[in-house]
Amino acid sequence: MADNVKPRVRVPKSASVDEVVVIKTLISHPMESGQRKDRDGNTIPRSIINRFTAEFNGTSVLDATLEPAISTNPYIEFSVKLPESGDFKFTWYDDDGSVYEDVQSIEVA
Amino acid sequence: MTLLTRRAALAVGAGVTALAMMPSVLLAQDTAEEGLSAEEFINEFTGGAEVADGDGVKLTAPEIAENGNTVPISVDAPGASEILLLAMGNPTPGVARFSFGELSGSQSASTRIRLAETQDVVAIAKLADGNFVRTSANIKVTIGGCGG
Repeated sequence: MADNVKPRVRVPKSASVDEVVVIKTLISHPMESGQRKDRDGNTIPRSIINRFTAEFNGTSVLDATLEPAISTNPYIEFSVKLPESGDFKFTWYDDDGSVYEDVQSIEVA
Repeated sequence: MTLLTRRAALAVGAGVTALAMMPSVLLAQDTAEEGLSAEEFINEFTGGAEVADGDGVKLTAPEIAENGNTVPISVDAPGASEILLLAMGNPTPGVARFSFGELSGSQSASTRIRLAETQDVVAIAKLADGNFVRTSANIKVTIGGCGG
């Protein structure tokens, strides 16, 4: 189980209609690859965020499948084109079944 | 401390790191059957369709990565619906698969990845017309990120 998992997302407060906006997301997570061994030579079991999704007002923006090759504290940057004001919903899915969510609003004029 | 001894210290450090990585390389071979091979990843992504080299997908990565634990890369494939990223020299070649939704602004994404050693990173994009294109970049890794 990963402790202190905290999503951090940077979304601009406002944008104009159909402007391409860059979203930066990061979640603090060890992303244990399942390749490392502890001091006694036992393999440390894999524990990663295996999926990340971004939705805007329920419509998909990005759906990413992540593998152990993604670095600790997975950082994902992508862009979105917004037709209207609304809420972003970011979701991270952990190997252990946990789901972390963050919601951010943006004004589109 | 003179420059010479610093260099010597660095060399020793690099050697120790290399040694420390040995077990994980061996381990990778042991567990190879668990994960998908690069070819299996590609087949699953393309459904066996042909992959052309060429324009349509762009991979931006540093030529030299000092720290293999966190290598910044970005992929960009205008109009693509999906991009698959593979690190050919890692114990498990899969890196990420980005599926772009309706509201995606430009079909690009950036992230940070782990690279075990100097290797090729491959990006394959599924374009709007259903064809697949690939591109690759060789990244030299000074200190591997396989977590040894």
